[in-house]
Formats: sequence, C-alpha cells, structure tokens
Amino acid sequence: MTSSNTMLSRFLGSHLWHSFKRDRVAQISFFVFFTAVILSLLAPLIAPFNPYDLAAIDIMDSEIPPSWKEAGDERFWLGTDAQGRDMWSTILYGTRLSLMIGICAVMLQAFLGIVFGLAAGYLGGRIDSLLMRMADIQLSFSTLMVAIIVLAIFQASFGAELYSELAMIMLILVIGIAEWPQYARTIRASVLAEKEKEYVDAARVMGLPTFRIMFRHILPNTLSPILVISTVQIANAIISEASLSFLGLGMPVAQPSLGSLISSGFSYVLSGSWWITVIPAVILIVIVLVMNLLGDWLRDVLNPKLYKG
Amino acid sequence: MIAFLIKRLMQGLVVMFVISVISFSIQSNLGDPLRELVGQAVSEEQRQELRNEMGLNDPFLTQYWRFAKKAVTGDLGTSYFFKEPALEVIFKKLPATLELVFGATLIIVCLSVPLGVFTAINPKSIFSKIIMGVSTIGISVPVFLTAIALIYVFAVELQWMPSFGRGETYKITDNWDTALLTADGLKHLVLPSITLASIMLPLFIRLIRSEMQEVLQSEYVKFAYAKGISPARIYFLHALKNTMLPVITVGGVQIGTMVAYTILTETVFQWPGMGFLFLEAVNRVDTPLIVAYLIVVGAIFVVTNTLVDLIYGLVNPTVKLIKR
Repeated sequence: MTSSNTMLSRFLGSHLWHSFKRDRVAQISFFVFFTAVILSLLAPLIAPFNPYDLAAIDIMDSEIPPSWKEAGDERFWLGTDAQGRDMWSTILYGTRLSLMIGICAVMLQAFLGIVFGLAAGYLGGRIDSLLMRMADIQLSFSTLMVAIIVLAIFQASFGAELYSELAMIMLILVIGIAEWPQYARTIRASVLAEKEKEYVDAARVMGLPTFRIMFRHILPNTLSPILVISTVQIANAIISEASLSFLGLGMPVAQPSLGSLISSGFSYVLSGSWWITVIPAVILIVIVLVMNLLGDWLRDVLNPKLYKG
Repeated sequence: MIAFLIKRLMQGLVVMFVISVISFSIQSNLGDPLRELVGQAVSEEQRQELRNEMGLNDPFLTQYWRFAKKAVTGDLGTSYFFKEPALEVIFKKLPATLELVFGATLIIVCLSVPLGVFTAINPKSIFSKIIMGVSTIGISVPVFLTAIALIYVFAVELQWMPSFGRGETYKITDNWDTALLTADGLKHLVLPSITLASIMLPLFIRLIRSEMQEVLQSEYVKFAYAKGISPARIYFLHALKNTMLPVITVGGVQIGTMVAYTILTETVFQWPGMGFLFLEAVNRVDTPLIVAYLIVVGAIFVVTNTLVDLIYGLVNPTVKLIKR
C-alpha cells in the first residue's frame, strides 16, 4: 500500500504530470483516446444491436440515413449500412477491432524490438552488427509494402474463406513483425548510453547474470523513449490496418474494422449514402490524430532530441 | 569508393537472392501449374508422369537452380491470365506507376522546401502554425480517405477532374506509353499525384523545418550573419545546403514507401499501373505475375537504396564511404 502511495505521489510530482496539467491539447487528446478505449471495451454492452448476428439484420433496413435526416429511423441514430446493420453498433465493434489490432501489433513490435534492441546494444559485437544490418534491410522495405505482399500471398494460398477467419491474427503478426526495427534502433541507442553508467558496472561486478542486468537494470531506464514511440506506432498500426482492410486484405466485411467499413461504404458514397463511409472515416481520423498529438506532446516532454539523428 | 561500391553491391545481391528464394517458394507452393495446363480430365498416373517430366518432383534446390538460371535471363514465366511473359506485362505497366511517382515527387519538392524553410524561419507566424497544424492532420488521414475526398469534391461535385483511369496516352514505343504528353492524360494524373504526395508532404515539411532550425543555430550561420551577408542568401545558399543532407537519406527511403502507397492510390483511382496489376494478379492467383512483381519491386528497392547511399556519400564529404 505504501509503495503504491509513494508511486502515486512521485507521479503527481513528476514533470510529466505538470506538463499534462498545463497542456490543453494533451488533455483533450487523452480524454478522446480514453473515451474511445472505454467505449470499445464496453461495445457489447452499449451497442443496441449485435452486428455479427446475421439473424438480427434485416436487409429491408439497408441504407437508412442517420436519424436527424428526413428519411431517418428512430432505431438507428447513425443510420444503417448497405446490409442493414446499425451503423452505431457496427462502428463501436469496428473501433474495438481497430484499436485491438493496433495495440496488439504494437505490443508485439515492442516485445521483439526490446529483445533484439537490448541484445544488440548490450552484447554488441557480431550480434549487434547482424541485428542492425537486418533492421536496416527491413526498414528499407516499407512496412505497408511487406504487409500487402505477405497478406496478399496468404490470401491467395489459403483461399478467401479460411483467410477471413485468420485475418485478425495475420494482421497483428504482420504489422507487429514488420516494424520491430523502429523499437530495436531506439532501444539500442539508449542501451548504448546506459551501458557505460556505473550502476551497470556495479551489477556486473556483483556477478549478476547478463540476462538479469539487461532486463531488470537497463530496460527500466530505457522506458521513456519506448513510451514516446509507442503512441505514434499505435497510430501508424491503426492506419496500416485500415489501409490493408481497405484493399480487401484485412478484416472481412462480416466482421468489419473501421477500415473495412470505409471500404464497404466507398461504392455508396457516389450514390449519396455518404454516412456509411464518412462517419467511420471521421472516427478513424480522430483516433489517429489524437494518438499523434499525444505522441508529439510526450516527445516534447520526455525527450526533445529523440527523433533527431 | 570502389570498396564501398563492391560492399553495397554484395549486400544488394544477398537481398535479391533472399527475395528470389522467397518468390520461388511462393511459386512452388501457390497453385498447381498442372491444373492450369491440363485441367481436370487427366488421370492421376498421367499427372505424375507429367510432373516428373516437368521436374516438379525434383528436390527444392534443383528446382530453385532452374528457376534462378531462367530468372537471370529475364524469363520469369508466363502470366496465366495475360498469356504473355510476366516480366513484359509488368514493364508495360511500369510507366504508369513511374508517372504517378514522378508527379507526386514534383509536388512534394515544389511545396515542402519553401513551406519547410518558411516555418523554420518564422516559427511564430500564424501561417507557420497553420502549416504545422495541417501537416499533423495530414499525417493522420489515411491515403485512401484523401483519395475518396478528392474524388468526391473535384470529380463528383465540381466535375473538374476525371475520377478514374489514365485517360488518353501517347505511345512512344510498343511497350511504353505516356500520359504526360496529352492534355487528357495530364488531367487524369492530377488527383492521383496529389493523393500520393499528401502522405509524404507533411513528413518532409516537418523534417526540413526541424533540420533547418538546427542548422540556423549553428556557428557558421551566426558567422555569416556577422559578416553581413543578406538573410536570403544565408537561408537559401548556406543553410539550405546542409538542411538537404538528411532530407536526401529520408527521401531515398521514402521512395520505397511511395511504391507501396502506389498500390493504394492506384486501387482507388483504378490507375492502370503495377500496383493495381499486382492486386488483380493476387485475386486471380496469377503466380508468375506475382513473382515477377516481387522481383521487380525488390530490385527497385535495392537499386534506390544503393543510389541514395552513394549520393549521400558524394554530397557529404564527412561520410567515409569505405568505413561502412
């Protein structure tokens, strides 16, 4: 109990909290992101309809505009899509999927990046040059390119049906694996600086195992750059997921993420049913924008020099 | 210099080798070439015989060697759908994609340098704040949404621009046509180029701004002021030169990213380029075409990255080419 109290008071006294209290943009961004997370966590409770339940969908309800428009329907306040699904429920579930894929993919990136970055930075030598060469080569191929090609080939070899069941795992794996160099490089750079410090020497003299020094001693001191890139990486992962879904390589229409919702509505924009595309698009942009703003703020507060060099 | 070149060449060859192995394993696992050839009516025995004859039962390495020997001479198989050599099909679509990249690069260069320099020189001006705000929003908008918005506004509502396709093209040779030489083609190029440019533009404005700000703090710029050189000359001659160094490296890497985004842009605008072709090939499980695309794109990446490193080394005398 006391330790959590001191943690809290340390947090309240920190530079991070002070700057947060003064920065209106950061507050609003955090609030919006937090709301999105809560809403998507509670999606099954809040959503008036279950968009995955085919029995509850009536095709007669398709393409109803939002309830404030003339032809709107009381039951569907954001209207319905081309299959007659309630937009509000579908968007809640879609946001849930988009956020989940984004966050899981970034967790995978962070895991791989931390392990490889720590190993490269602390062990040095051949392991370092091998890992960093790999990172260089992988970074020179853009993530989206790799993701499109890998997913396209999987789709072609699995067949669309099996693929749509595995889509979520595949998206997390592909986006997660493709971006590990971002983390690895950042962490390697901070490990190289930490490694020279006295506490590491002390730990080494005490005879602690290398593994323990790496993960228990050095890693906690490299957390702030990790935090900074994580927000931006989540934003990028959400955009990647949406782009892949838009190309038809991501989530299937039966289980739409925000990207596949936008994609399925695209053909209806020109015929006047704008809400199927525009509403999820706005939500997607807002979530990504908010993450980018939070990332900018964190970067300024924690490490103004991080993105340089 | 020569040692550096050889080293980069070796690395490029290793990367191309890995790509070719991956492409080959795709080719041997994806789809059954026999089915494409003989259809359903042939008995199992005859199939096995044909397999042996075509060498499909040989060990992986033997098959790969055969594939590699053909690939080096430019023979990557025949597209199932087009019934033409796959590489030829790709090269026919290459000009369309290159035009798109060219158009986007033109927009990026023409806008990012003046805007980046302006925001670096006048960080407090309202105009700078608007530019930076818009660029943050720009980063957050996925490219396909930019495309949809542009189509909706300029093609559907205002009807100024065509919404899809490449329009009328001018044939230079049999395999090379260009939209740059006809008015209709240019008109078709505008919206896709803006879309493609919109991804990179915010990034470059921010990069040029932060680099420029750093350079303006440096000693030699202060000294130039002290000498009484006009600010315009300092900004555009002295400072900009050093600002452009990191921009070149990032720019080189972004060319690759741009090739990836051509897939998205081409899909929305139905632009008949390589990316659009690739997605169609995937939907038709046209394996030779997929493999050819992978190898061509891999080669583009390797070549541009090597070139960028080389240019960087030539432009920046402090980089020792041999050491890397």
